[in-house]
Formats: sequence, structure tokens, C-alpha cells
Amino acid sequence: MTETNISGQSRPDGAADGRNHPGLTTDQLKQAYYDMLLIRRFEEKAGQLYGMGLIGGFCHLYIGQEAVVVGVQMAQKPGDKVITSYRDHGQMLAAGMDPRGVMAELTGRATGLSHGKGGSMHMFSREKNFYGGHGIVGAQVSLGIGLAFANKYRGTDEVSLTYYGEGASNQGQVYESFNLAALHKLPCVFILENNRYGMGTSVERASASKELWRNGEPWGIPGKQVDGMDVEAVNAAAQEAVAHCRAGKGPYLLEMSTYRYRGHSMSDPAKYRQRTEVDEIRQHRDPIDHVRNLLRTAGVEDAEFKKVEDKVKEIVAEATEFAKTSPEPDPSELFTDVLVGE
Amino acid sequence: MAIDILMPALSPTMTEGKLAKWNKKEGDTVSSGDVIAEIETDKATMEVEAVDEGVLGKILVPEGSEGVAVNTPIAILVEQGEAVPDAPSAGSAPVTSSREEPKAAASVAVPAPTPVSEPEKDWGETSEITVREALRDAMAAELRRDPDVFLLGEEVAQYQGAYKVSQGLLEEFGEKRVIDMPITEHGFAGMATGAAMTGLKPIVEFMTMNFSLQAIDHIINSAAKTHYMSGGQISCPIVFRGPNGAAARVGAQHSQCFGSWYAHVPGLKVVAPWSAADAKGLLRAAIRDPNPVVFLENEILYGQKFACPVDEDFILPIGKAKVERQGKDVTIVAFSISVGTALAAAELLAEKGIDAEVINLRTLRPLDTATIVESVKKTSRLVTVEEGWPYAGIGAEVAMQVIEHAFDWLDAPPVRVAGLDVPMPFAANLEKLALPQPDWVVDAVTKIV
Repeated sequence: MTETNISGQSRPDGAADGRNHPGLTTDQLKQAYYDMLLIRRFEEKAGQLYGMGLIGGFCHLYIGQEAVVVGVQMAQKPGDKVITSYRDHGQMLAAGMDPRGVMAELTGRATGLSHGKGGSMHMFSREKNFYGGHGIVGAQVSLGIGLAFANKYRGTDEVSLTYYGEGASNQGQVYESFNLAALHKLPCVFILENNRYGMGTSVERASASKELWRNGEPWGIPGKQVDGMDVEAVNAAAQEAVAHCRAGKGPYLLEMSTYRYRGHSMSDPAKYRQRTEVDEIRQHRDPIDHVRNLLRTAGVEDAEFKKVEDKVKEIVAEATEFAKTSPEPDPSELFTDVLVGE
Repeated sequence: MAIDILMPALSPTMTEGKLAKWNKKEGDTVSSGDVIAEIETDKATMEVEAVDEGVLGKILVPEGSEGVAVNTPIAILVEQGEAVPDAPSAGSAPVTSSREEPKAAASVAVPAPTPVSEPEKDWGETSEITVREALRDAMAAELRRDPDVFLLGEEVAQYQGAYKVSQGLLEEFGEKRVIDMPITEHGFAGMATGAAMTGLKPIVEFMTMNFSLQAIDHIINSAAKTHYMSGGQISCPIVFRGPNGAAARVGAQHSQCFGSWYAHVPGLKVVAPWSAADAKGLLRAAIRDPNPVVFLENEILYGQKFACPVDEDFILPIGKAKVERQGKDVTIVAFSISVGTALAAAELLAEKGIDAEVINLRTLRPLDTATIVESVKKTSRLVTVEEGWPYAGIGAEVAMQVIEHAFDWLDAPPVRVAGLDVPMPFAANLEKLALPQPDWVVDAVTKIV
């Protein structure tokens, strides 16, 4: 696997094209480009709506990390289950959840996916096999091995894609989950999105372990560090990890080296890092620019990019309008859904 | 088309701020993501990034301006070659904030207790079994009935249960459905909760409920709230069970009641059986319930024998209390092992000519307020008994319900009898002094009758 980290410019020299993993076809790259751009523009709009006071509370944007979820999503099959933390809008859009319903939940409206009772951090879709949206750092990891447990209990070959950040990777229950998943050979891909900052604390200041992809080693969980800004690298690694799980060989850990451009949440002025650090990555390592360049090389013309950009803009505009104009939940919703059947 | 750039908010409470600096000047090309300005409040500084692309046509608020209200247009962005308007567009009036004051709650009535208490169904023939056997039989019956039900916990399989509650289950149902867990409560409670979110029906045994504190985040934040947070999409049919409350001589960390802890949480049901019939009928109901249920057993009761219906379909409803003893002079409300204490007290009171009614709560949430209120309307006096601590305990809640719903019927202030407000001591004599005894209940009753 590539030793490249996101700040490094070096590329391993395995494959003829400069990459040592199987690439995506042009059609797949086009799909990835569309999916990533939708997340990017959706999140930019969410940030704007937050600034305008239409979104309240917490709002954690996925900007910069788009290649991770899109690359993994392309390695999934229907029935695979996904769970993540509170930085969850990207996962939801990648899972195919309706952008209008997501945006309307962000603005706390009745038409939101949780009827306005979940908010930015808490959305779910039984239909799309997305199990949230969890606000307690690390809790989704134990829940995620539970999704894998259910797959195994039912005798399917479906896997659980369990996302968490490098901030969560120091939580005790993550290691309890490693042990349980390895002990019971649960089909769980642990996807550690290392965006380098747990809120304002850099990974160097928070983790004694510097090679996070090796954190599962004591339990015999294979791990890889992956360039999370390169959708092809992500996809290749995810394919391998998912195949490992489907074959009944137990869990797999992928450390995605990625970066978040925005603050931890909207109210984070991001004083713990230099603006130049963000600019450097934006200019040289942007995951969407990367795909655009690959497509350009493959002969895709500007007019086609413009078409995608317009389509995405239209979807985001429509979602925004829907989220702004939908009614707030009826007060009668206050007492519904506390208990099933009551 | 020209786009107005509005003064953003750094936080939900920010209403105005200082426009500290413009990083772009009029005529500059702006791409999505570029930092165009910096704003400050007394708490923080934030960079304003462009959302749209274009040319910074006009700066409406110069840098250094203080007290700029959120949503004020601060600049106009135009497309390449487009004429710059002089003023913000008509449509750029500050966006109405969605953060209006919540509507008055007047239209939202807190659900009132159902007023009628129905007589309990007669299940016919009974046999004497221990609470331990009743719990085991309940799990076995539900494991047979529904392949989605499974049991996991520490020592539940090969060891047959730390307290032998799961005796024989591994043999009958195999290791797929009766699963030993390592000592890792946080992890396995989370794992079981995740499995329940997909529709499986785990029974999680905590060796004692004291260890559920390691896992309480999943019980409350993951299991109890997900149905609500998902707008009703994801339910969590799971049972968390184990011995609760004081055992005997096991010290402070292993002797406490979590009744009021869990009963505090909307989204949970909390059951606390006393007899073998309670244990069997209610555990079957808990396993079938589509909601997360915390099932509080008691180690001292495990070996006690009670008459329990033998009917294969025997089940009891969650949320219904049982009047264990009819009386007219005072209502004694208790749950779990304290029901025995209350019944013993009632016998002593009978010798003094006081006719006590004893209510076995069976369920702590939802509380059967109707049965309690009906009884108090008859007796006009209330005493509560529990082994847990008095402060913010179940007795406090029961008394408050009675005050809310039957204040005019009360002839005396309610009295609570509870474990003493101290960590449980180890010495035999001190431990005995810390836990409610029948004569404490007798004293409480005689003060108000």
C-alpha cells in the first residue's frame, strides 16, 4: 500500500501510471466526481445556512474528506451496513439518502429525515442501511460491530462499514470492539478517518501510537494506511478489506489519511493550525481536483464538468429551498417516537 | 446574477460582530472556498469563506466596522463582466432566523395516567419455583419462540451463569444463541445495541447491574434515544438484565439500586420483579417488547420460591402494578425485594389493628400511577419502601404522583422508607442498619395512621 501521506507529494512507483493500485474506469471516476462534488457543494451550502442562522446547534462539515466515503461506497454492495459519527452528512449523501431530507433535518423541519428530531448528528435510513449519525465519540464503533454481529448471526455475507475519526481512536470501547470483532470474526471494516485533528488537538498531541493503521495488531486485525485524498486508492483498499470480511476472515482496519478543511464544527475558529497548512492541501491534494485531473487526462472536456457542476448546484439549490420552506414539526410530534407503538 | 454575501454567525448565540479585515478587494476574482474576510466577536475570530464563485463587485461594509448584525449584506458578488448593483438586491433582506422562541407548550399536554386498573387475569394452576428458575424458564420459552432472540453476557454459557440463571440454556440453544462475553461491558452492550438496531432481540446479562455503569452510555444514549432521534425509523428491541440492589456483604461498589437511575430516562422501560411469577411473566414481556427494557433482578430473591402459573402462555403486562394485599388504612408501595419487607410489615401492622394495602409496582417506568392513586383514594395515606437511596428515589416520584393526582384525598404527608443515604458498608451489623426492615415500615405507618 502507498506510504504517501496527505502532506507528502511523493507517489509510490509501482504501477505504470504512477499508482500501485487498480484504478477506476472513466465511468466510475465520473460517478465518483459527481458524488464528491455533491457532498462538497452540499456542505458549503450547509455552512452558509448555518452562518445565516437557519441551521442551529452543532454542524460538522465533511469538506476535504469526500474521497473517503465515496471510494468506500463504491466497494459496497446492497445490504452492507454503514454507521458513523456526528460528521455524517457525507455518509448519508453517499448512501443515496435524499439531499432534501438531509438538508431539511439540518434546518429542523418536519420533512427532515428524522422529522426534525435528530438534527445534523442524528439521521438514519433503514432503507439505505445507514445506521446513523452518533454524537458520542467512539460509541458508533461498538454499535458498528453489532451491525456486523447481526450480519453474521443472520448468515449473510454483508459487512459493516464502521467509520470513526482519529480522535475516537483513543476511546476504550474502540479497543473493546477490536477484541470482540476479532474474537468472533465479525465482518466489520473499521474505517479510521484520520483528518489530523480531534477538535483542536492534533493527532500527534493525542495519540502515543503514531501508526494508527496498526492499532488492531494486538488482536490480529490487518490494517492499512491509505491516501484518503485519492478516491482510487480508497476504493482499492476498501475492495480488499470488504472481500476479507465477506470471506469470513474477520475485521479489517483502514486508516484513511485525510484532512478537513473547515473547523471541527461551525463555531470553531481553527486557531490551532496555520491557514497555510489548509491552503497547501487545498491546492495540491484536493480530492475533487485530483479526480477532475484524472478525467481531463482521460479526455473529458470542460463542457461536461460544467454540466455536472450545474446539476449538483441544482440539487443543492432544490434541497436548500425545500429545507427553508418546509414547516417546522408540529408540536404534537414532541411525544411521538419515544417508544415503539405508543 | 449578483449574489449578496451576508454577515455570518460564528455560533447560534451570535447576533453581531466586527468585520475585522477584508482579504479581497473590489474587483478581485473569488473562488468557492477562498477566504474573503475575517470577523471577530468577543469570543473568537473566524475566516469567512466564499461559497459561490465570481468577482467581488462591491464591499458594502468596510473593514474595522463594529457591531455588524448577522445577516447584513456585507458585499456583492457578481459574475465576470456583470454590472455591479449599488445596493443589495431586494431579495437579500436578512434571512428570518429559524431560532424562534419555542411555541407555548400549552397545546402539548403531558400524558395523564390511565384511570382504570383492571383485575389481573387468572392463569390457573401454579407450581412452586424459585425466581432463578422462573427467569431461566422465561428466557428458554422466548428463545424457543423466536430465533431472533439470543442471550449474551459474562459467564452465561459454559459457566451456566454467574448466579446460575442461564442454567441449561447453552445445552438447549447452542453457542450461536447463548454467547459468553469477555469482561467488556461497554463493548458488548454497544455491540448488542447495534445488533438490536437491525431488528435482532438480544438479552444482555450484566453479572450485576453495578457493571452496567460501564455500559450506561449505550443503554441511554444509544438504545433509549435512537427511536426518537430517527423519527421512528430505528427501534431497539433489547433487554438489559441482571441482579440489582444490595446482595449480602459485598460492599459499596456491588450494592446499589439503579431503579431511579434508569427510570429517569424516556425511551426506556424499567421492570423490577419481586416474585417468581413477576420474574417469568415480565421477562417474557420484556423480551417481546419492541423497546429497550432494563430488567432489575435481585440476587437475594433468586433462591426464593413462589407460586408461579404453569400455563405455557403465561405472560404479564409491563406497566401494571399488582395489589399484593388488600387493605383500607394505608397504601404501602414497594418494588423488588422491598415488596417482601412491606408484606412482612403489613402482618405486624395487622396485629396492631392497622389494615395495610401493599402494592407491588412491578414496573418502574412506565409507572402504574392509576393503581397507586386508586389505592390512596381509598386509604388516604401513603408509605413507599425501597432499598435504594432516598434522595431523588422511586419513593420521591411515587409521592409526587400522588400529590399531583390525589392531593385532596391525603390525610397525612406521604412517608418514604429507603436505604440509608450512605455507600453500603461491609460489616454485617452496619449493612443491616443501612437497609429497610419491616419495623421501619411499621414505624413510618404508625406515625401517619
